[in-house]
Amino acid sequence: MAGSNPNAKPMDLTLKIWRQKDKNSAGQLVTYPLNGISPDMSFLEMLDVLNEELLVKGEEPVAFDHDCREGICGMCSLFINGRAHGPERGTTTCQLHMRHFNHGDTITIEPWRAAAFPVHKDLIVDRSAFDRIQQAGGYVSVNTGGVPDANEIPIPKTIADKAFDAATCIGCGACVAACKNASAMLFVSAKVSQLAMLPQGKVEAKTRVENMVAQMDVEGFGACSNTGACAAECPVGISLDNIAMMNREYLGAKASSENV
Amino acid sequence: MILDSKIPEGALAEKWDKHKFNVKLVNPANKRKYDIIVVGTGLAGASAAATLGELGYNVKAFCFQDSPRRAHSIAAQGGINAAKNYQNDGDSIFRLFYDTIKGGDYRAREANVYRLAQVSVDIIDQCVAQGVPFAREYGGLLANRSFGGAQVSRTFYARGQTGQQLLLGAYSALNRQVAYGKVKMYPRTEMLDLVMVDGKARGIVVRNLITGKIESHSAHAVVLATGGYGNVFFLSTNAMGSNATAAWRAHKKGALFANPCFTQIHPTCIPVSGDYQSKLTLMSESLRNDGRVWVPKTVELAQRLRKGEIRINDIKEEDRDYYLERKYPAFGNLVPRDVASRNAKLVCDEGRGVGASGLAVFLDFADAIKREGQPAIAAKYGNLFEMYAKITDENPYESPMRIYPAVHYTMGGLWVDYNLMTNIPGLYATGECNFSDHGANRLGASALMQGLADGYFVIPYTIGDYLAQTPYAKVSTDHPAFKEAEQNVKSITDRLLSIKGNRTVDDFHKALGQIMWDYCGMARNAEGLQFAKQEIRKLRDEFWQNVKVTGVNEELNQTLEKAHRVADFLELGELMVDDALNRNESCGGHFREEYQTPENEALRDDENYAYVAAWEYTGPGNQPILHKEELKFENVKLTQRSYK
Repeated sequence: MAGSNPNAKPMDLTLKIWRQKDKNSAGQLVTYPLNGISPDMSFLEMLDVLNEELLVKGEEPVAFDHDCREGICGMCSLFINGRAHGPERGTTTCQLHMRHFNHGDTITIEPWRAAAFPVHKDLIVDRSAFDRIQQAGGYVSVNTGGVPDANEIPIPKTIADKAFDAATCIGCGACVAACKNASAMLFVSAKVSQLAMLPQGKVEAKTRVENMVAQMDVEGFGACSNTGACAAECPVGISLDNIAMMNREYLGAKASSENV
Repeated sequence: MILDSKIPEGALAEKWDKHKFNVKLVNPANKRKYDIIVVGTGLAGASAAATLGELGYNVKAFCFQDSPRRAHSIAAQGGINAAKNYQNDGDSIFRLFYDTIKGGDYRAREANVYRLAQVSVDIIDQCVAQGVPFAREYGGLLANRSFGGAQVSRTFYARGQTGQQLLLGAYSALNRQVAYGKVKMYPRTEMLDLVMVDGKARGIVVRNLITGKIESHSAHAVVLATGGYGNVFFLSTNAMGSNATAAWRAHKKGALFANPCFTQIHPTCIPVSGDYQSKLTLMSESLRNDGRVWVPKTVELAQRLRKGEIRINDIKEEDRDYYLERKYPAFGNLVPRDVASRNAKLVCDEGRGVGASGLAVFLDFADAIKREGQPAIAAKYGNLFEMYAKITDENPYESPMRIYPAVHYTMGGLWVDYNLMTNIPGLYATGECNFSDHGANRLGASALMQGLADGYFVIPYTIGDYLAQTPYAKVSTDHPAFKEAEQNVKSITDRLLSIKGNRTVDDFHKALGQIMWDYCGMARNAEGLQFAKQEIRKLRDEFWQNVKVTGVNEELNQTLEKAHRVADFLELGELMVDDALNRNESCGGHFREEYQTPENEALRDDENYAYVAAWEYTGPGNQPILHKEELKFENVKLTQRSYK
């Protein structure tokens, strides 16, 4: 079978999982032994196996967010052994496979921890703050229809590629979870720089950066202290350069602000 | 019931323009008097919600995910078609129309498909204006690549993440309207019933997935943009949460379900690795631009390879069968999806499959890497190669990928007329949720095109025509119809929670998926389908006696969410089988083994089956009623589809 290593033996694991009834309840780590896990399983398939076992025993399964399981929707989260999306760099939890763990391991699984991401239940957090930041300015103000032909706006390939790299942010929140200050700078800067680089986005660049940063502050995200933990844990490799660019954009905007 | 497709009169190329002029308009000041509900925030839903908000309507948008940005359109990889002819290679609106009709094996409506090809060019302009970073050439203009079923390069793309970039564009337009207060967004909210008043769609009943609260929302029109039903098969390339519940519950309220047996099995997916498998991952069709599909020439070689007695490189060039290039020299590896999938199945059935299970074929990039160099291949497909390596622990730059077909897309869906309205007045279906544009097989890079065409450029016109004839008066959610629908949702929920059986929801879902894959998958026959129908009924009966759903309604309860969805899949699965049994021909993704040419190609029966099969729900366990919409082909000649 694809990828299966004939020498890989099933693993027995000890899971310590954060259980929390709802937003208003206190939570705690609960220990679950889990045996016979195939190294070819994804991390979330391992949790599926646990949940089926819990259900059969009549216990409440562990609630966790997930959807596409292809590493692109940004719905899955999980703080695994103290790292956002687990030990593999450049990998979302859904693309993390059990072959990166060993027989006998104890794995601690917690939700994202940030004041701006309150826990809904178990491992599920509320990331609606991210949507509100995008609503504050993460767009180009064009209505449908009446726009110029696509090739009337030539864009140098290098710029288009850089804008694309910033635009690949999946909005999962790992940057916030990885930051000791729970700062959302990497997330916000990815959208700010994508649009600031492109001619279509330049028209509103100033107000965009001001409004998005202001909303970020309202949501209670922490300050950036340039440790780079966010970029190191980002599953899609959003670069710290975006933060530098946003800082420049922000200073420029403030220096000539019309929002006084 | 007579199905009126409401196709405008006149020449094909003039229908849409004439129709746009003839539809009634709502003046700008009156638009704010109308409320519209949009369910689903993928390409079709987000684009519709944003555009309707821009026009001035009051929009409420719903999605079950935690943010509208996560809808499964985000996972589309390869690209979006548009008849721009930027490459000067002979493309035109008519050619895109023709390729799509032929690709769909002549089971789609000409007028809808022509309109789709027409507005395709506007979509690209719109997305670029929003800041969608499409791939570009060094001169700064947009790049294109080719896709299956076409001999021109008309596919626009953003590396292997085109769906993500288009969806984030639509999401940004949606956010702008949320900020203006024209769209109210309801994430983590699932539609569980449609509400009708005086025979018209006037609202929905939803469950708040955080609190479990059952709530009603009233509007003048309801748009379902809730995607396809591929997860009936349990294993598919769909997201885990993708489901048919909104569409199915609308069907149970009277909306006809069209061509449910038309499902697309995508040829290039990562094969199943074990029984814990929760979903299948697609490797974009764009890979077939450079990857060559092959299996060993003989069963004996394949066996030795599977047993590990020989390695891939031990198989000499002349012992490799590049079967697509051999059988279809004109299109080669870029034959349409249904043809590529069926041929993969054929060679595996012959015993020439690879991988431990024998259910895989090779997709080999060695020649392309030799020709263009690894950096050039990485620039085109880097993220796909990485994804493959992560999942399989194998390096596709060094050894060929192993791929196998998997359920990917559903061409069938709610029946709609030319205005994208179902047979229920005021209820619309857009994107994959409807049946209208892809016939029996969808071409690659056409799903994104259709989702955005419907949302940005079709429904904003057609819904106005309906609303202009609808009084401003709102229906209160205290109306008995809302109370009745709420009660219906509550009673289904209570029933699911009270069974307290011994078998999990996932277990039922997997069992259903296995039946569907075995008997209503890549190849079907009457005997198997009849067997499947009985098996599904048995499974459904057991579900309602023995399913185990823990917890209560008044909480975040993912097991309960799944139970609602699987309950509906268990009904929809039977309808798919009924439809496959009824259609005594092979066409596109629907391959009935009894109907094939001597070369194993699909054998259509245009005389008897050139119609849309639209099914009417008639109550639990009852046989549905078939309504036929005859398909008229005035601009293309029906021929046997050939890619040789």
